[in-house]
Amino acid sequence: MNLKTSTRQVDGVAIVDCSGRITLGEGSVVLRDVVKDLLTKGQKKILLNLGEVNYIDSSGIGELVSAYTTVRNQGGELKLLKLTKKVHDLLQITKLYTVFDVKDDETAAVKGFR
Amino acid sequence: MAGDRFSYKLDSTLETVDNAEQTASRIASESGFDEDEVMQIAMAVREAAVNAVLHGNAYDPEKKIELEFERTISDLVITIRDQGKGLDLAKIPDPLAPENLLKTSGRGIFLIRSFMDEVQINPSQAGTEIKLFKHVHGTSEDGKEAPQ
Repeated sequence: MNLKTSTRQVDGVAIVDCSGRITLGEGSVVLRDVVKDLLTKGQKKILLNLGEVNYIDSSGIGELVSAYTTVRNQGGELKLLKLTKKVHDLLQITKLYTVFDVKDDETAAVKGFR
Repeated sequence: MAGDRFSYKLDSTLETVDNAEQTASRIASESGFDEDEVMQIAMAVREAAVNAVLHGNAYDPEKKIELEFERTISDLVITIRDQGKGLDLAKIPDPLAPENLLKTSGRGIFLIRSFMDEVQINPSQAGTEIKLFKHVHGTSEDGKEAPQ
């Protein structure tokens, strides 16, 4: 299943609920467009909920890195929420787990934004 | 099932990447690998297919991808060949190096090596061949049945 997203606002933070696969092609493009759209609207506090993302490939990892650096370069913050085991393991072996700010609890994650 | 060999010739498209992954997943599952191993094998094949389609054949409709599965006594062996210029192994950066951590690409070969037991990359002017090996349960490295 390709990536599907829906965005909601909680205390000034845009929470993007993602489900499906973030892979080369459509999945990566969907994620890129969502983040770009939020930044265009001035939304710079972004929480990507990956709880329903069951698969991600190297292109998807690259897209997460791109989203993270793009948001940060514009003075914003991007955090990840609720990683599945597969995504967690991938971020571990690529040493990106410590680069991203990863949270398990949505309320705490929202409060953690500056 | 040992000795079975399946070979496919595929177009240089994104659809090929998905097909290669799905076929690898099915064959790995039929070969008795567990769920995590099936995912690893399928992902390694996906990454190799991405390299072949994007970096090898560069989506050229005239160039094909060859995908081969072979079940030996000791391994599931998957071979992916493209018709590109040949991968320059010296130009593949270490994605774990601090200066490369935030790069948006360059993790494919690393993931392939992480997920498979052995990887052989053979670049030539006629293209790149990558062979992926995953040891079958219950056999030792020399192909004999491992003691219980």
